[in-house]
Amino acid sequence: MADASAPASTEVLRLAGVRKSFGVGTPREVEVLHGVDLVLQRGEFCALIGPSGSGKSTMLNLIGLLDRPTAGTLFIEGQDTRTLDDAALTRLRGRNIGFVFQHHHLIGAFTAAENVMMPLLLDRRRPDAAMRRIAEGLLDRVGLLPWKDSRVGNLSGGQQQRVAIARALAMYPPLVLADEPTGNLDTKSADGVFDLLREMNQTSRTTFLIVTHDPRLAQRCDRIIEVVDGRIVADGAVPAPRRIAAS
Amino acid sequence: MRNWLPFEWIAAIRFLRDGWMQTIFILAGVSMGVAVIVFMSALLTGIQANFLNRVLSAQAHLVLLPPDEVARPLRAMDGVIQDAVVQRPSQRIRSIDQWQTVLRQMQAMPEVAVATPVAAGGALAVRGEASRSITLTGVEPEGYFRIVKLPETIVAGQPRLTSEDIVIGTDLAVELGVGVGDKLRVTTATGRDATLTVTGLFDLGNRGVNERSTFVALRTAQSLLGLTGGVTSLQVSLHDPYAAEIMAQLAHGMAGIRADSWIRTNIQFFTAVNAQQTSNTVIRLSVGLSVALGIASVLVVSVVQRSREIGILRAMGARRGQILRVFLIQGGVLGLLGSIIGSAAGVGALVAWHASVRQADGSALFPLMIQPQLFVVTAVVASLTGVLAAMAPALRAARLDPVVAIRG
Repeated sequence: MADASAPASTEVLRLAGVRKSFGVGTPREVEVLHGVDLVLQRGEFCALIGPSGSGKSTMLNLIGLLDRPTAGTLFIEGQDTRTLDDAALTRLRGRNIGFVFQHHHLIGAFTAAENVMMPLLLDRRRPDAAMRRIAEGLLDRVGLLPWKDSRVGNLSGGQQQRVAIARALAMYPPLVLADEPTGNLDTKSADGVFDLLREMNQTSRTTFLIVTHDPRLAQRCDRIIEVVDGRIVADGAVPAPRRIAAS
Repeated sequence: MRNWLPFEWIAAIRFLRDGWMQTIFILAGVSMGVAVIVFMSALLTGIQANFLNRVLSAQAHLVLLPPDEVARPLRAMDGVIQDAVVQRPSQRIRSIDQWQTVLRQMQAMPEVAVATPVAAGGALAVRGEASRSITLTGVEPEGYFRIVKLPETIVAGQPRLTSEDIVIGTDLAVELGVGVGDKLRVTTATGRDATLTVTGLFDLGNRGVNERSTFVALRTAQSLLGLTGGVTSLQVSLHDPYAAEIMAQLAHGMAGIRADSWIRTNIQFFTAVNAQQTSNTVIRLSVGLSVALGIASVLVVSVVQRSREIGILRAMGARRGQILRVFLIQGGVLGLLGSIIGSAAGVGALVAWHASVRQADGSALFPLMIQPQLFVVTAVVASLTGVLAAMAPALRAARLDPVVAIRG
């Protein structure tokens, strides 16, 4: 378990005593995270598991800087996020965190390549040739270069999720958060997408935190963090033989 | 994706293209609204300009007249007024006192374009057994014809006015059976008469005026009306017709002068113009408001439909300002495109209407006046209206909580 001392340089994420309550100041105030401590190192490939309503999604929203903790501190790449305003949080999020959702959540008005370019475009304001090269390179890595000019609505579910993975990696972020990335896919597509995440993790040393309900996929990760009732109840490495067996 | 366009413009245009059916419907709505505004504005401008042109080509902007004669009550030695009731005296034809001096003063004013003397009064035109009552207007043609465009209305002969000539209306010519070159005897109430040659026939478009109005040389009128060396009015044309009322007040200051501006003598016209402008403004504002509400409602729907995409964009690093601008631009683009299509449709409708609706004689009802600035103003106002209309949905989009938006 982590403590609140200064984060080490290989740390991508550190949560220290993070609490989250909803309905603060109202009679219906409820705390869903009760002092969570967590450290993720560069290049880790972690599964976040737990029953529905255990606080996984809330934790993911906090780590993704989409929401703020009620108490505790959250460091991204050593940066304390408590004092940051909305614009600074948005910038930090855009540059350091990639998202993959259960539903691909691509922007339907754009092509596959343009969707991959989107985080770069938001950061740099205007499109340029370098962005296109990055997007095409990532689409090539996820095996979708021939579909780069296709509208995302014309792609299959598995292909859309691959585009979403490429998009999550467009800024080469140190941390990618994946919320049930294979939850909406058939087994074959799910395995393909998971393999892709793993490959990206190994080739780019990007840290992945993957929320999943699938124990088989969780066993294929390096580390499993289990959350129950807003607390981390188990956090440990998966032995290599089990990983191989699961895959 | 165009390299020179920033994200906001790219996203705004893509969203409009993506929801093409909504875009087409709202564009049609905006275009129709703009077309109505352009059509009405151009129509009103044309009708007003035509009316103004007709009024101002037939009369002076300012007429300087001698003051009315007023009867003074008779007073006794001790200051007591002897007669309780003082009857208003009849107004005989009189000359403006020292009119040459007043004329020079008027001509010296920078605001004055033309100032010319006129001697006018009633007379009888006699031809054999027939006689008609006429208004005899004695003018100096070189000045007067610059104010009243009589030569443009000549249908026979020419507007020549030597001391032996008279120019009469077409209806009077019919009544008396005269034509160009014929002689006409003109007599006045004082018993003076002269035999003049008809040199031209005019048609001012009004039967009454064509029956009564006649024009002779100033000297001829002075002689017939018993105004030797005198004039009954000074007709003044100004560079700015709308300065007439101020100039009238200035002229009042000159001793012995009464001044009537064309604004005062055509007060009903101005009342009508004001009423038209007010109703036009109300209609334009109503149409503009409908257009704005249309744009706003479409964008509100768009924000609801795209809330998840907005959430994703926010998660990927889109700032609130960027999301705000995406929707403001959509409003502006809808307004601008609508104004371009609507202006073209409005002008098309105006040209078609102008071509199809004619006066009884086949001439155009009014001159077609299409001012380029109308389109510039329309485009700017429509774009701003679009941006303003988009403000509420854009703020809503910018304030979306990404967590809630992504969850849907």
